[in-house]
Amino acid sequence: MNSRAPAAQTSSFAVLSVLTGAARIAAPFAVLIALWQIAAQFFPPYLFPSLVDVFWRCIEIFTHWSQFANVLATVWRILAGLAGAFVIGALLAVLMARSLAVDRFLSPILAFFQGIPALSWVVFAIIWFHGIEFRIFFIMVLTTLPAFTFQVLGALRAMSKDLTEMVMSFRPTRFKLFSTMIVPAILPDIFTAWKVNLGNASRVVVVAELVGATGGVGYELLQQQQLFDMAGALAWTLQLVFFVLLVQNAITLLETMLFSYRAVSERTL
Amino acid sequence: MTAAADHFVRDDAAAPVEIRFDHVSKTFGRHGTGDLFRAVDDLNLEIRSGELVAILGKTGCGKSTMFNMIAGLLEPSEGRVMVSGHDPFSQFDWFRGKIAIVFQNDRLLPWRTAIQNVALGLEMLGISKAERFATAQHWLTKLGLGGHENDYPHALSGGMRQRVSIARAFATNANILLCDEPFSALDEMTANRLREEFARLVRENGKTAVFITHSINEALQIGDRIVVLLRPAKIAYDVKLERDASAAANDEVRARIRQVLAV
Ligand SMILES: Nc1ncnc2c1ncn2[C@@H]1O[C@H](COP(=O)(O)OP(=O)(O)O)[C@@H](O)[C@H]1O
Ligand SMILES: [Mg+2]
Repeated sequence: MNSRAPAAQTSSFAVLSVLTGAARIAAPFAVLIALWQIAAQFFPPYLFPSLVDVFWRCIEIFTHWSQFANVLATVWRILAGLAGAFVIGALLAVLMARSLAVDRFLSPILAFFQGIPALSWVVFAIIWFHGIEFRIFFIMVLTTLPAFTFQVLGALRAMSKDLTEMVMSFRPTRFKLFSTMIVPAILPDIFTAWKVNLGNASRVVVVAELVGATGGVGYELLQQQQLFDMAGALAWTLQLVFFVLLVQNAITLLETMLFSYRAVSERTL
Repeated sequence: MTAAADHFVRDDAAAPVEIRFDHVSKTFGRHGTGDLFRAVDDLNLEIRSGELVAILGKTGCGKSTMFNMIAGLLEPSEGRVMVSGHDPFSQFDWFRGKIAIVFQNDRLLPWRTAIQNVALGLEMLGISKAERFATAQHWLTKLGLGGHENDYPHALSGGMRQRVSIARAFATNANILLCDEPFSALDEMTANRLREEFARLVRENGKTAVFITHSINEALQIGDRIVVLLRPAKIAYDVKLERDASAAANDEVRARIRQVLAV
Protein backbone atom coordinates (compact mmCIF):
# COMPACT_ATOMS: atom_id res chain seq x y z
CA MET A 1 0.00 0.00 0.00
CA ASN A 2 2.62 2.43 1.15
CA SER A 3 5.07 1.40 -1.53
CA ARG A 4 2.46 1.73 -4.25
CA ALA A 5 1.20 5.18 -3.52
CA PRO A 6 4.35 7.07 -4.65
CA ALA A 7 4.52 5.05 -7.90
CA ALA A 8 0.93 5.86 -8.76
CA GLN A 9 1.58 9.47 -7.88
CA THR A 10 4.64 9.62 -10.17
CA SER A 11 2.77 8.15 -13.12
CA SER A 12 -0.15 10.53 -12.71
CA PHE A 13 2.37 13.36 -12.47
CA ALA A 14 3.95 12.16 -15.71
CA VAL A 15 0.58 12.07 -17.49
CA LEU A 16 -0.24 15.51 -16.15
CA SER A 17 3.07 16.99 -17.29
CA VAL A 18 2.66 15.49 -20.79
CA LEU A 19 -0.84 16.98 -20.95
CA THR A 20 0.23 20.43 -19.80
CA GLY A 21 3.17 20.24 -22.22
CA ALA A 22 0.83 19.44 -25.10
CA ALA A 23 -1.53 22.20 -24.01
CA ARG A 24 1.33 24.70 -23.95
CA ILE A 25 2.28 23.81 -27.54
CA ALA A 26 -1.34 23.84 -28.70
CA ALA A 27 -2.42 27.08 -26.99
CA PRO A 28 -1.01 29.63 -29.49
CA PHE A 29 -2.43 27.65 -32.42
CA ALA A 30 -5.81 27.36 -30.73
CA VAL A 31 -5.92 31.14 -30.43
CA LEU A 32 -4.88 31.56 -34.08
CA ILE A 33 -7.53 29.05 -35.22
CA ALA A 34 -10.25 30.71 -33.12
CA LEU A 35 -9.44 34.17 -34.53
CA TRP A 36 -9.53 32.80 -38.08
CA GLN A 37 -12.85 31.03 -37.48
CA ILE A 38 -14.35 34.25 -36.08
CA ALA A 39 -13.17 36.10 -39.19
CA ALA A 40 -14.68 33.31 -41.32
CA GLN A 41 -18.09 34.14 -39.80
CA PHE A 42 -17.95 37.72 -41.04
CA PHE A 43 -16.05 37.51 -44.35
CA PRO A 44 -16.85 35.63 -47.55
CA PRO A 45 -15.09 32.23 -48.02
CA TYR A 46 -12.76 33.54 -50.75
CA LEU A 47 -11.18 35.79 -48.08
CA PHE A 48 -11.43 33.66 -44.93
CA PRO A 49 -12.62 30.13 -45.69
CA SER A 50 -13.66 27.95 -42.78
CA LEU A 51 -10.78 25.84 -41.48
CA VAL A 52 -13.04 22.82 -41.79
CA ASP A 53 -12.85 23.28 -45.58
CA VAL A 54 -9.07 23.68 -45.35
CA PHE A 55 -8.86 20.50 -43.32
CA TRP A 56 -10.76 18.53 -45.96
CA ARG A 57 -8.56 20.00 -48.70
CA CYS A 58 -5.51 18.77 -46.81
CA ILE A 59 -7.04 15.29 -46.57
CA GLU A 60 -7.75 15.42 -50.28
CA ILE A 61 -4.10 16.24 -51.04
CA PHE A 62 -2.90 13.44 -48.78
CA THR A 63 -5.19 10.82 -50.26
CA HIS A 64 -4.90 11.61 -53.97
CA TRP A 65 -1.66 10.46 -55.48
CA SER A 66 -1.96 12.95 -58.38
CA GLN A 67 -1.94 15.75 -55.78
CA PHE A 68 0.44 14.29 -53.22
CA ALA A 69 3.02 13.72 -55.96
CA ASN A 70 3.27 17.53 -56.17
CA VAL A 71 4.22 17.69 -52.49
CA LEU A 72 6.84 14.99 -52.97
CA ALA A 73 8.26 16.77 -56.03
CA THR A 74 8.75 19.94 -54.01
CA VAL A 75 10.19 18.06 -51.03
CA TRP A 76 12.65 16.35 -53.36
CA ARG A 77 13.67 19.73 -54.83
CA ILE A 78 14.27 21.19 -51.36
CA LEU A 79 16.36 18.24 -50.21
CA ALA A 80 18.35 17.98 -53.45
CA GLY A 81 19.10 21.72 -53.40
CA LEU A 82 20.13 21.65 -49.74
CA ALA A 83 22.32 18.59 -50.26
CA GLY A 84 24.03 20.24 -53.23
CA ALA A 85 24.56 23.50 -51.34
CA PHE A 86 25.83 21.62 -48.29
CA VAL A 87 28.40 19.56 -50.19
CA ILE A 88 29.74 22.55 -52.13
CA GLY A 89 29.53 24.84 -49.08
CA ALA A 90 31.40 22.40 -46.82
CA LEU A 91 34.13 22.01 -49.44
CA LEU A 92 34.48 25.77 -49.84
CA ALA A 93 34.52 26.22 -46.05
CA VAL A 94 37.34 23.71 -45.64
CA LEU A 95 39.35 25.47 -48.35
CA MET A 96 38.67 28.85 -46.72
CA ALA A 97 39.67 27.56 -43.28
CA ARG A 98 42.92 26.20 -44.67
CA SER A 99 43.95 29.21 -46.71
CA LEU A 100 43.65 32.89 -45.92
CA ALA A 101 43.99 33.72 -49.63
CA VAL A 102 40.99 31.56 -50.56
CA ASP A 103 39.02 33.08 -47.69
CA ARG A 104 39.82 36.62 -48.79
CA PHE A 105 38.79 35.75 -52.34
CA LEU A 106 35.56 33.86 -51.62
CA SER A 107 34.13 35.71 -48.60
CA PRO A 108 33.22 38.90 -50.51
CA ILE A 109 31.73 36.89 -53.39
CA LEU A 110 29.55 34.84 -51.05
CA ALA A 111 28.52 37.94 -49.12
CA PHE A 112 27.57 39.56 -52.45
CA PHE A 113 25.52 36.49 -53.40
CA GLN A 114 23.68 36.68 -50.09
CA GLY A 115 22.23 40.01 -51.16
CA ILE A 116 20.76 38.68 -54.42
CA PRO A 117 16.99 38.02 -54.12
CA ALA A 118 15.67 34.55 -54.95
CA LEU A 119 13.51 36.07 -57.69
CA SER A 120 16.61 37.42 -59.48
CA TRP A 121 18.08 33.92 -59.56
CA VAL A 122 14.79 32.76 -61.06
CA VAL A 123 15.15 35.27 -63.89
CA PHE A 124 18.82 34.38 -64.46
CA ALA A 125 18.05 30.65 -64.43
CA ILE A 126 15.28 31.04 -67.02
CA ILE A 127 17.59 33.05 -69.32
CA TRP A 128 20.64 30.79 -68.86
CA PHE A 129 19.28 27.25 -68.71
CA HIS A 130 16.68 25.06 -70.37
CA GLY A 131 15.81 22.11 -68.13
CA ILE A 132 13.22 23.01 -65.51
CA GLU A 133 14.59 20.70 -62.82
CA PHE A 134 18.10 21.97 -63.41
CA ARG A 135 16.91 25.57 -63.14
CA ILE A 136 15.29 24.83 -59.80
CA PHE A 137 18.36 22.97 -58.52
CA PHE A 138 20.56 25.89 -59.59
CA ILE A 139 18.36 28.42 -57.75
CA MET A 140 18.13 26.28 -54.59
CA VAL A 141 21.89 25.76 -54.47
CA LEU A 142 22.83 29.39 -55.05
CA THR A 143 20.36 30.78 -52.54
CA THR A 144 21.46 28.47 -49.71
CA LEU A 145 25.17 28.13 -50.55
CA PRO A 146 26.47 31.29 -48.81
CA ALA A 147 24.70 30.49 -45.54
CA PHE A 148 25.94 26.88 -45.50
CA THR A 149 29.49 27.96 -46.31
CA PHE A 150 29.62 30.63 -43.60
CA GLN A 151 28.02 28.30 -41.04
CA VAL A 152 30.48 25.47 -41.68
CA LEU A 153 33.39 27.92 -41.77
CA GLY A 154 32.28 29.36 -38.43
CA ALA A 155 32.12 25.87 -36.96
CA LEU A 156 35.61 25.05 -38.24
CA ARG A 157 37.00 28.29 -36.80
CA ALA A 158 35.34 27.69 -33.44
CA MET A 159 36.96 24.27 -33.07
CA SER A 160 39.02 24.04 -29.87
CA LYS A 161 42.69 24.75 -30.61
CA ASP A 162 43.66 22.67 -27.56
CA LEU A 163 41.80 19.59 -28.74
CA THR A 164 42.99 19.98 -32.33
CA GLU A 165 46.60 20.22 -31.14
CA MET A 166 46.11 17.17 -28.95
CA VAL A 167 44.82 15.16 -31.92
CA MET A 168 47.59 16.56 -34.15
CA SER A 169 50.19 15.41 -31.62
CA PHE A 170 49.30 11.82 -32.54
CA ARG A 171 50.20 12.60 -36.16
CA PRO A 172 46.91 11.54 -37.73
CA THR A 173 46.50 11.03 -41.47
CA ARG A 174 44.21 13.61 -43.07
CA PHE A 175 41.37 11.10 -43.09
CA LYS A 176 41.84 10.31 -39.37
CA LEU A 177 41.99 13.99 -38.51
CA PHE A 178 38.61 14.45 -40.17
CA SER A 179 36.97 11.36 -38.72
CA THR A 180 38.22 11.69 -35.14
CA MET A 181 38.29 15.47 -34.67
CA ILE A 182 36.85 17.75 -37.33
CA VAL A 183 33.59 15.96 -38.15
CA PRO A 184 32.52 15.23 -34.55
CA ALA A 185 33.49 18.77 -33.50
CA ILE A 186 31.42 20.54 -36.16
CA LEU A 187 28.52 18.07 -36.40
CA PRO A 188 26.27 19.93 -33.91
CA ASP A 189 26.69 23.14 -35.93
CA ILE A 190 25.99 21.28 -39.17
CA PHE A 191 22.69 20.03 -37.75
CA THR A 192 21.75 23.55 -36.71
CA ALA A 193 22.69 24.83 -40.16
CA TRP A 194 20.43 22.24 -41.78
CA LYS A 195 17.51 23.22 -39.56
CA VAL A 196 17.92 26.92 -40.37
CA ASN A 197 18.49 26.42 -44.08
CA LEU A 198 15.57 24.03 -44.36
CA GLY A 199 13.21 26.84 -43.37
CA ASN A 200 14.82 29.19 -45.88
CA ALA A 201 14.76 26.60 -48.65
CA SER A 202 11.07 25.84 -48.18
CA ARG A 203 10.35 29.53 -48.70
CA VAL A 204 12.62 29.81 -51.73
CA VAL A 205 11.42 26.64 -53.44
CA VAL A 206 7.94 27.94 -54.22
CA VAL A 207 9.52 30.97 -55.89
CA ALA A 208 11.97 28.72 -57.76
CA GLU A 209 9.03 26.71 -59.07
CA LEU A 210 7.92 29.82 -61.00
CA VAL A 211 10.57 28.95 -63.63
CA GLY A 212 7.84 27.05 -65.46
CA ALA A 213 7.39 24.01 -63.31
CA THR A 214 4.26 22.05 -64.21
CA GLY A 215 4.06 20.46 -60.80
CA GLY A 216 4.99 21.10 -57.20
CA VAL A 217 3.57 23.15 -54.36
CA GLY A 218 4.58 26.46 -56.00
CA TYR A 219 2.77 25.51 -59.19
CA GLU A 220 -0.35 24.49 -57.24
CA LEU A 221 -0.30 27.74 -55.27
CA LEU A 222 -0.29 29.65 -58.55
CA GLN A 223 -3.36 27.65 -59.67
CA GLN A 224 -5.21 28.48 -56.45
CA GLN A 225 -4.42 32.17 -56.92
CA GLN A 226 -5.94 32.09 -60.41
CA LEU A 227 -9.04 30.34 -59.03
CA PHE A 228 -9.21 32.69 -56.04
CA ASP A 229 -9.35 29.54 -53.89
CA MET A 230 -8.17 30.58 -50.43
CA ALA A 231 -8.88 27.20 -48.83
CA GLY A 232 -6.73 25.51 -51.47
CA ALA A 233 -3.93 28.07 -51.06
CA LEU A 234 -3.89 27.47 -47.32
CA ALA A 235 -3.98 23.69 -47.70
CA TRP A 236 -1.01 23.69 -50.09
CA THR A 237 0.94 26.08 -47.87
CA LEU A 238 0.34 23.83 -44.88
CA GLN A 239 1.91 20.90 -46.76
CA LEU A 240 5.27 22.69 -46.77
CA VAL A 241 4.91 23.78 -43.15
CA PHE A 242 4.22 20.18 -42.12
CA PHE A 243 7.23 18.98 -44.06
CA VAL A 244 9.57 21.53 -42.46
CA LEU A 245 8.27 20.70 -38.97
CA LEU A 246 8.60 16.97 -39.65
CA VAL A 247 12.21 17.17 -40.80
CA GLN A 248 13.20 19.64 -38.08
CA ASN A 249 11.80 17.34 -35.42
CA ALA A 250 13.58 14.38 -36.99
CA ILE A 251 16.86 16.33 -36.82
CA THR A 252 16.19 17.28 -33.20
CA LEU A 253 15.55 13.63 -32.38
CA LEU A 254 18.82 12.68 -34.07
CA GLU A 255 20.60 15.41 -32.10
CA THR A 256 19.38 14.16 -28.74
CA MET A 257 20.51 10.67 -29.71
CA LEU A 258 23.92 11.62 -31.13
CA PHE A 259 24.94 14.39 -28.75
CA SER A 260 24.01 12.76 -25.46
CA TYR A 261 27.69 13.08 -24.49
CA ARG A 262 27.17 16.75 -23.78
CA ALA A 263 26.88 17.76 -20.16
CA VAL A 264 23.47 19.13 -19.34
CA SER A 265 23.11 21.79 -16.69
CA GLU A 266 20.11 21.32 -14.45
CA ARG A 267 19.73 25.07 -14.43
CA THR A 268 18.80 26.31 -17.88
CA LEU A 269 19.72 29.59 -19.53
CA MET B 1 77.51 14.43 -4.23
CA THR B 2 80.45 12.73 -6.00
CA ALA B 3 78.89 9.32 -5.47
CA ALA B 4 75.71 10.52 -7.14
CA ALA B 5 77.62 12.06 -10.01
CA ASP B 6 79.61 8.85 -10.58
CA HIS B 7 76.46 6.79 -10.68
CA PHE B 8 74.95 8.96 -13.40
CA VAL B 9 78.12 9.25 -15.42
CA ARG B 10 78.06 5.49 -15.82
CA ASP B 11 74.41 5.60 -16.90
CA ASP B 12 75.01 8.44 -19.33
CA ALA B 13 77.87 6.72 -21.08
CA ALA B 14 75.56 3.87 -22.09
CA ALA B 15 72.52 5.95 -23.10
CA PRO B 16 72.36 7.80 -26.41
CA VAL B 17 71.11 11.38 -26.65
CA GLU B 18 67.37 11.33 -27.35
CA ILE B 19 66.52 15.04 -27.39
CA ARG B 20 68.98 17.76 -28.36
CA PHE B 21 68.59 21.56 -28.40
CA ASP B 22 71.39 23.18 -30.37
CA HIS B 23 71.52 26.98 -29.98
CA VAL B 24 67.73 27.19 -30.19
CA SER B 25 65.85 30.49 -30.05
CA LYS B 26 62.19 31.18 -30.54
CA THR B 27 60.72 34.61 -31.19
CA PHE B 28 57.08 35.58 -31.51
CA GLY B 29 55.69 38.58 -33.36
CA ARG B 30 53.82 40.79 -30.92
CA HIS B 31 50.29 41.33 -32.14
CA GLY B 32 49.72 44.76 -33.64
CA THR B 33 53.34 45.88 -33.25
CA GLY B 34 56.41 45.06 -35.29
CA ASP B 35 58.29 43.94 -32.14
CA LEU B 36 59.67 40.47 -31.75
CA PHE B 37 59.36 38.79 -28.41
CA ARG B 38 62.08 36.29 -27.47
CA ALA B 39 60.57 33.38 -25.51
CA VAL B 40 63.54 31.01 -25.81
CA ASP B 41 67.10 32.32 -26.13
CA ASP B 42 70.10 30.31 -27.36
CA LEU B 43 69.12 27.13 -25.54
CA ASN B 44 71.49 24.16 -25.46
CA LEU B 45 70.32 20.95 -23.85
CA GLU B 46 70.84 17.22 -24.18
CA ILE B 47 68.45 14.67 -22.76
CA ARG B 48 69.54 11.05 -22.79
CA SER B 49 67.46 7.98 -23.42
CA GLY B 50 65.75 6.78 -20.25
CA GLU B 51 66.10 10.06 -18.36
CA LEU B 52 63.19 11.62 -16.52
CA VAL B 53 64.02 15.31 -16.70
CA ALA B 54 62.04 17.92 -14.82
CA ILE B 55 62.17 21.31 -16.53
CA LEU B 56 61.59 23.92 -13.87
CA GLY B 57 60.89 27.60 -14.34
CA LYS B 58 58.59 30.43 -13.39
CA THR B 59 55.38 30.98 -15.30
CA GLY B 60 55.98 32.68 -18.63
CA CYS B 61 59.64 31.74 -18.90
CA GLY B 62 59.12 29.80 -22.11
CA LYS B 63 58.66 26.23 -20.85
CA SER B 64 55.61 25.52 -23.00
CA THR B 65 57.32 27.10 -26.01
CA MET B 66 60.29 24.78 -25.56
CA PHE B 67 57.93 21.87 -25.02
CA ASN B 68 55.98 22.59 -28.20
CA MET B 69 59.22 22.62 -30.17
CA ILE B 70 60.03 19.09 -28.94
CA ALA B 71 56.46 18.06 -29.78
CA GLY B 72 56.84 19.42 -33.32
CA LEU B 73 53.98 21.89 -32.85
CA LEU B 74 56.28 24.95 -33.07
CA GLU B 75 59.27 25.59 -35.32
CA PRO B 76 62.49 27.08 -33.82
CA SER B 77 63.34 30.56 -35.14
CA GLU B 78 67.05 29.81 -34.87
CA GLY B 79 69.08 26.69 -34.12
CA ARG B 80 68.05 23.07 -34.30
CA VAL B 81 65.92 20.72 -32.25
CA MET B 82 66.55 17.03 -32.85
CA VAL B 83 64.56 14.21 -31.33
CA SER B 84 65.71 10.63 -31.95
CA GLY B 85 67.89 12.02 -34.73
CA HIS B 86 64.97 13.64 -36.57
CA ASP B 87 63.50 17.12 -36.82
CA PRO B 88 60.15 17.05 -34.99
CA PHE B 89 58.69 19.96 -36.97
CA SER B 90 59.66 19.21 -40.59
CA GLN B 91 59.53 15.42 -40.13
CA PHE B 92 56.27 15.60 -38.20
CA ASP B 93 54.77 12.33 -39.44
CA TRP B 94 57.94 10.35 -38.77
CA PHE B 95 57.11 10.63 -35.07
CA ARG B 96 53.75 8.88 -35.34
CA GLY B 97 53.63 6.51 -32.36
CA LYS B 98 57.00 7.73 -31.06
CA ILE B 99 56.00 10.73 -28.93
CA ALA B 100 53.13 10.87 -26.45
CA ILE B 101 51.98 13.99 -24.64
CA VAL B 102 50.21 14.74 -21.39
CA PHE B 103 48.98 18.33 -21.49
CA GLN B 104 48.30 20.74 -18.65
CA ASN B 105 44.56 20.28 -19.11
CA ASP B 106 43.24 16.82 -19.89
CA ARG B 107 42.13 17.61 -23.46
CA LEU B 108 39.77 14.66 -23.68
CA LEU B 109 37.44 14.56 -26.67
CA PRO B 110 34.02 15.24 -25.14
CA TRP B 111 32.26 13.03 -27.70
CA ARG B 112 34.29 9.98 -26.73
CA THR B 113 33.99 7.78 -23.67
CA ALA B 114 37.00 7.26 -21.40
CA ILE B 115 38.05 4.08 -23.18
CA GLN B 116 37.56 5.60 -26.63
CA ASN B 117 39.72 8.53 -25.57
CA VAL B 118 42.48 6.23 -24.38
CA ALA B 119 42.29 4.30 -27.66
CA LEU B 120 42.67 7.48 -29.77
CA GLY B 121 46.42 7.25 -30.32
CA LEU B 122 46.17 3.56 -31.22
CA GLU B 123 43.51 4.40 -33.78
CA MET B 124 45.99 6.75 -35.47
CA LEU B 125 48.44 3.84 -35.67
CA GLY B 126 45.88 1.75 -37.52
CA ILE B 127 45.60 -0.87 -34.80
CA SER B 128 42.51 -3.11 -34.92
CA LYS B 129 39.54 -2.15 -32.80
CA ALA B 130 39.70 -5.25 -30.59
CA GLU B 131 43.38 -4.75 -29.89
CA ARG B 132 43.17 -1.03 -29.18
CA PHE B 133 40.27 -1.50 -26.78
CA ALA B 134 42.13 -4.28 -24.95
CA THR B 135 45.18 -2.02 -24.59
CA ALA B 136 43.03 0.94 -23.51
CA GLN B 137 41.29 -1.24 -20.94
CA HIS B 138 44.66 -2.36 -19.59
CA TRP B 139 45.83 1.22 -19.03
CA LEU B 140 42.54 2.45 -17.63
CA THR B 141 42.60 -0.37 -15.08
CA LYS B 142 46.25 0.36 -14.30
CA LEU B 143 45.34 3.97 -13.54
CA GLY B 144 42.49 2.94 -11.27
CA LEU B 145 39.64 3.74 -13.64
CA GLY B 146 38.16 0.28 -13.99
CA GLY B 147 34.39 0.63 -14.13
CA HIS B 148 34.55 4.08 -15.77
CA GLU B 149 35.38 2.87 -19.30
CA ASN B 150 32.09 4.01 -20.76
CA ASP B 151 31.78 7.31 -18.92
CA TYR B 152 31.94 10.50 -20.93
CA PRO B 153 34.51 13.10 -19.78
CA HIS B 154 31.85 15.43 -18.37
CA ALA B 155 30.89 12.72 -15.89
CA LEU B 156 34.44 12.36 -14.52
CA SER B 157 36.23 14.48 -11.93
CA GLY B 158 39.30 16.57 -12.83
CA GLY B 159 41.66 14.00 -11.34
CA MET B 160 39.98 11.12 -13.14
CA ARG B 161 40.11 13.01 -16.43
CA GLN B 162 43.83 13.62 -16.04
CA ARG B 163 44.27 9.90 -15.32
CA VAL B 164 42.47 9.13 -18.58
CA SER B 165 44.82 11.47 -20.42
CA ILE B 166 47.85 9.77 -18.82
CA ALA B 167 46.43 6.38 -19.86
CA ARG B 168 46.01 7.80 -23.40
CA ALA B 169 49.68 8.82 -23.46
CA PHE B 170 50.97 5.46 -22.19
CA ALA B 171 48.65 3.39 -24.41
CA THR B 172 50.55 4.18 -27.63
CA ASN B 173 53.74 2.80 -26.02
CA ALA B 174 55.73 5.74 -27.38
CA ASN B 175 59.31 5.92 -26.16
CA ILE B 176 59.24 9.61 -25.47
CA LEU B 177 56.77 11.14 -23.04
CA LEU B 178 56.24 14.87 -22.82
CA CYS B 179 54.28 16.40 -19.96
CA ASP B 180 53.45 20.09 -19.63
CA GLU B 181 52.49 20.79 -16.01
CA PRO B 182 50.01 17.89 -16.07
CA PHE B 183 49.08 18.06 -12.39
CA SER B 184 49.08 21.79 -11.76
CA ALA B 185 45.29 22.06 -12.02
CA LEU B 186 44.67 19.29 -9.48
CA ASP B 187 44.36 19.45 -5.72
CA GLU B 188 47.58 18.65 -3.85
CA MET B 189 46.51 15.20 -2.60
CA THR B 190 45.43 13.97 -6.03
CA ALA B 191 48.50 15.54 -7.62
CA ASN B 192 50.83 13.82 -5.14
CA ARG B 193 49.38 10.41 -5.79
CA LEU B 194 49.39 10.85 -9.56
CA ARG B 195 52.99 12.12 -9.51
CA GLU B 196 54.17 8.98 -7.76
CA GLU B 197 52.20 6.70 -10.07
CA PHE B 198 53.44 8.59 -13.10
CA ALA B 199 57.12 8.44 -12.12
CA ARG B 200 56.79 4.74 -11.35
CA LEU B 201 55.14 4.03 -14.74
CA VAL B 202 57.82 6.00 -16.61
CA ARG B 203 60.62 4.05 -14.92
CA GLU B 204 58.88 0.67 -15.19
CA ASN B 205 58.40 1.17 -18.91
CA GLY B 206 61.83 2.64 -19.60
CA LYS B 207 60.55 5.88 -21.16
CA THR B 208 62.45 9.05 -21.82
CA ALA B 209 60.35 11.74 -20.21
CA VAL B 210 60.38 15.52 -20.17
CA PHE B 211 58.30 16.86 -17.35
CA ILE B 212 57.59 20.57 -17.26
CA THR B 213 56.73 22.14 -13.94
CA HIS B 214 56.78 25.43 -12.05
CA SER B 215 56.91 23.72 -8.66
CA ILE B 216 60.26 22.99 -6.98
CA ASN B 217 58.70 20.23 -4.88
CA GLU B 218 57.21 18.55 -7.92
CA ALA B 219 60.54 18.69 -9.73
CA LEU B 220 62.28 17.12 -6.73
CA GLN B 221 59.62 14.46 -6.34
CA ILE B 222 59.63 13.37 -9.98
CA GLY B 223 62.93 14.09 -11.70
CA ASP B 224 66.16 12.13 -12.09
CA ARG B 225 67.47 15.43 -13.23
CA ILE B 226 66.29 19.00 -12.86
CA VAL B 227 66.92 21.72 -15.43
CA VAL B 228 66.14 25.21 -14.18
CA LEU B 229 65.19 27.84 -16.76
CA LEU B 230 65.30 31.61 -16.44
CA ARG B 231 63.33 34.04 -18.56
CA PRO B 232 63.72 33.94 -21.57
CA ALA B 233 64.24 30.18 -21.52
CA LYS B 234 67.92 29.68 -20.87
CA ILE B 235 69.50 27.09 -18.60
CA ALA B 236 70.55 28.47 -15.22
CA TYR B 237 71.12 25.23 -13.35
CA ASP B 238 71.25 21.57 -14.35
CA VAL B 239 71.44 18.94 -11.64
CA LYS B 240 71.20 15.14 -11.50
CA LEU B 241 69.55 13.59 -8.48
CA GLU B 242 70.18 10.34 -6.77
CA ARG B 243 67.02 8.26 -6.82
CA ASP B 244 66.90 7.69 -3.05
CA ALA B 245 68.57 10.92 -2.09
CA SER B 246 68.59 11.86 1.58
CA ALA B 247 66.39 14.67 2.78
CA ALA B 248 69.53 16.71 3.45
CA ALA B 249 70.75 16.27 -0.13
CA ASN B 250 67.36 17.28 -1.47
CA ASP B 251 67.34 20.34 0.79
CA GLU B 252 70.69 21.34 -0.61
CA VAL B 253 69.38 21.13 -4.20
CA ARG B 254 66.23 22.97 -3.16
CA ALA B 255 68.24 25.78 -1.63
CA ARG B 256 70.35 26.07 -4.75
CA ILE B 257 67.29 26.20 -7.03
CA ARG B 258 65.74 28.92 -4.87
CA GLN B 259 68.91 30.89 -5.10
CA VAL B 260 69.02 30.55 -8.92
CA LEU B 261 65.37 31.47 -9.30
CA ALA B 262 65.71 34.20 -6.68
CA VAL B 263 62.57 33.20 -4.80
N1 LIG C 1 51.99 32.18 -29.77
C1 LIG C 1 52.56 33.15 -29.06
N2 LIG C 1 52.59 34.43 -29.51
C2 LIG C 1 53.18 35.40 -28.81
N3 LIG C 1 53.77 35.24 -27.61
C3 LIG C 1 53.78 34.00 -27.09
C4 LIG C 1 53.17 32.89 -27.78
N4 LIG C 1 53.35 31.78 -27.01
C5 LIG C 1 54.00 32.18 -25.91
N5 LIG C 1 54.27 33.51 -25.96
C6 LIG C 1 55.01 34.28 -24.94
O1 LIG C 1 56.19 33.60 -24.67
C7 LIG C 1 56.44 33.60 -23.26
C8 LIG C 1 56.63 32.19 -22.78
O2 LIG C 1 55.39 31.52 -22.85
P1 LIG C 1 55.24 30.01 -22.40
O3 LIG C 1 56.24 29.20 -23.16
O4 LIG C 1 53.82 29.64 -22.55
O5 LIG C 1 55.63 30.08 -20.88
P2 LIG C 1 55.47 29.02 -19.71
O6 LIG C 1 54.93 27.77 -20.29
O7 LIG C 1 56.84 28.88 -19.15
O8 LIG C 1 54.56 29.62 -18.69
C9 LIG C 1 55.29 34.32 -22.59
O9 LIG C 1 55.69 35.61 -22.27
C10 LIG C 1 54.21 34.33 -23.65
O10 LIG C 1 53.46 35.52 -23.56
MG1 LIG D 1 53.06 26.71 -19.87
